[in-house]
Amino acid sequence: MKILVCITHVPDTTSKINFTDNNTRFITDGVQFIIGPYDDYALARAVELKETSGATVTVINVGLPDTEPTIRKALAIGADDAIRVNAEPVDSLFIATQIAAHAKAIGYDLILMGRESIDYNSGVVHALVGELLGIPSVSPVMKLDIEGNKAKLTREIEGGKEFLEVNLPFVAGCQEPIAEWKIPNMRGIMSARTKPLKVVEPQAIDSGVQIQKFELPAPKGSVKMVSADNVSELVNLLKNEAKIL
Amino acid sequence: MPILVFVESAEGKIKKTSIEAVAYAHAMGGPVTAIALGDADTNELEALGKYGAQKVLHASDEKLNDGVIQVYAAVLEKALIDENADILILANSSLGTPVAARVACKNNASLASNIVALPDTSAGFVVKKSIYTGKAFALVELKNQKKVICIKKNAAEIKEVGTPVQITPFAVSLSDSDFAAKIISSEKATGEILLPEANVVVSGGRGMKGPENWAMLEELAKTLHAATGCSKPVSDMGWRPHHEHVGQTGVKVAPQLYIAVGISGAIQHLAGVNSSKCIVVINKDPEAPFFKAADYGIVGDAFEIIPKLTEAIKAAK
Repeated sequence: MKILVCITHVPDTTSKINFTDNNTRFITDGVQFIIGPYDDYALARAVELKETSGATVTVINVGLPDTEPTIRKALAIGADDAIRVNAEPVDSLFIATQIAAHAKAIGYDLILMGRESIDYNSGVVHALVGELLGIPSVSPVMKLDIEGNKAKLTREIEGGKEFLEVNLPFVAGCQEPIAEWKIPNMRGIMSARTKPLKVVEPQAIDSGVQIQKFELPAPKGSVKMVSADNVSELVNLLKNEAKIL
Repeated sequence: MPILVFVESAEGKIKKTSIEAVAYAHAMGGPVTAIALGDADTNELEALGKYGAQKVLHASDEKLNDGVIQVYAAVLEKALIDENADILILANSSLGTPVAARVACKNNASLASNIVALPDTSAGFVVKKSIYTGKAFALVELKNQKKVICIKKNAAEIKEVGTPVQITPFAVSLSDSDFAAKIISSEKATGEILLPEANVVVSGGRGMKGPENWAMLEELAKTLHAATGCSKPVSDMGWRPHHEHVGQTGVKVAPQLYIAVGISGAIQHLAGVNSSKCIVVINKDPEAPFFKAADYGIVGDAFEIIPKLTEAIKAAK
C-alpha cells in the first residue's frame, strides 16, 4: 500500500501573529515553524499503518526551500521519502493542484492530510484533491482502519460521529484521536538526513483568489474582576453592561 | 441573478448557521434561492422566507438523507446551473466546507471559507477571512465570475425581512459512483444545543477535578440555554466526549458569552474562543493567563461559585 501524507509548514501554535510591508507580509522573525498539528496526526497514522501492514509513506509539501527542515522532521518521524513542490503555497486550489498532479503520476492508495492548516484554516484541500482526482474525500476523520481494499472511518460531525466505509483510494482530512503524535528518535533523525527529498517545479494555475492584505483584531479591553463573595454582581454586569443575559 | 444558499438541518430544524447564510445572501442584495437536501421539515423550509429567501428548492430524494460530500457537491453543482446562479453561500461545517470545495472545483469558482463579514464590492469583490485560528484576518479578492463562500458563525445578522416562499421540488439524478463513501451509521447527541451553534457556552477544564463534577456546569448551562464545552486535557482524559473539546485543534466557538471554569487559558485554548463576544473566567489561580483574555473574571473556588452563579441567574430572570 502506498500512502501520501500532505504536510503544511506553519507557525507554532504559540506564535505571535504580526504583519509588515503595509500589512501584506507575515513577520517570520522569531517564529518557530512546525508540521501542522493536524498533519502530524495524519503522519502518525500513516507511520502506524507502515509499521503494521508494510505500507510505504511519502510526504509532500508545497513550499520554498525554508520548509525543508520541517519535511526532514516528517522523514525522521518515519516517512520513507519526500517531495517538495518548489513554490509559495498561495491558496488552496493551487496547493491541491500540485498534490493531485503528483498523486496522479504515482497512484496512491491513500492520501492523508490534516483537516485544515493552522495558518489559513480553510479546511478544503482534502476535498479539492479528491475532486481533482475524482475520488472520495472524508474529513474530519478521527479513526481510520484499513481492511483489504476498503477502509472503515469515523468522522466527527457537529455534536457526534459518523461511521463510514470507503473503498481505496480516497483522501482523508485527519484530526485527533486518529493516532498519537510521534516524536522522532535519534535513529529516525539520523536516517532522515539521507532519505530522498525530491524537489519538483509547480504547475501553473490561476485560482481566482488573491490576498490583498492582512488585519489584526482590535485589542481586547482589560478584564473587570468581580469578588467571589458577590456573584450576583457578575449577573448584573452581564445583564446591564455587556447586555447579554 | 439569484444567490444560491445551501441550508442544513439538524433534528428537523434548519441550523442557525444556515439561517445566517440566508441572511448573508439577502444582505448581499439577493434574490435568494435556498436549497435543502434530503429529509427536511416543510414548515422549517417555508420559514426561510422570513429571513429573505424568495424560493426554496427541496431535493427530497431519500438517498440524500445522508450527507455524503461528493453527492451533495454534485446536487449543488446542478442547482447552480439550473438556477443560473453565480454565487453559492454555505455555512462552515463538517459537511458544508468540503462540499463547497468540491462545488467550487467543478465550477471553476473562486473559493473562500471562514468568512466573517459581508463582501466589500466597492472595488472588485473582497471578503474578510479569519486566519491563524482567529488571531488575524485576510482580505481576499474573489476574481472569478462564479464564487463559493463559506461563512463563519456571526458573519451576518439574522433579521426578519421577508414573506412566505414557494417550495419547489428539485429533481436530481444521482450517480452511483458519487456514493463511494458510504455512511453506515451515526451517533448524534440529541436534545442538546450544538456547541458550534450555541449563543452561550459553559466550558470546564482540569480545575473541575473530575467528570463527576460536571453536573454543576450542566445545571449552569441549562439555566443559560448554553452548550457545554471543555479544554483539551479534559477530552484527552476522557472526562468529556471529544466533540466538546474547544480550542486550536478542537471546536472553534463564537458565542455571545463564553464562561470558562477551571481552565488556565493556554494559547491553544484561547484560539478556539477568541471570536466570543464576551468571556467570563472563573479560576482559583489569580495568575491564570485566561484572565488577560477575559472581559469579566472571578478568582475563587468554582465548586462554591458555580452553584451561586446558577442561582443568581435564575433569580435575575
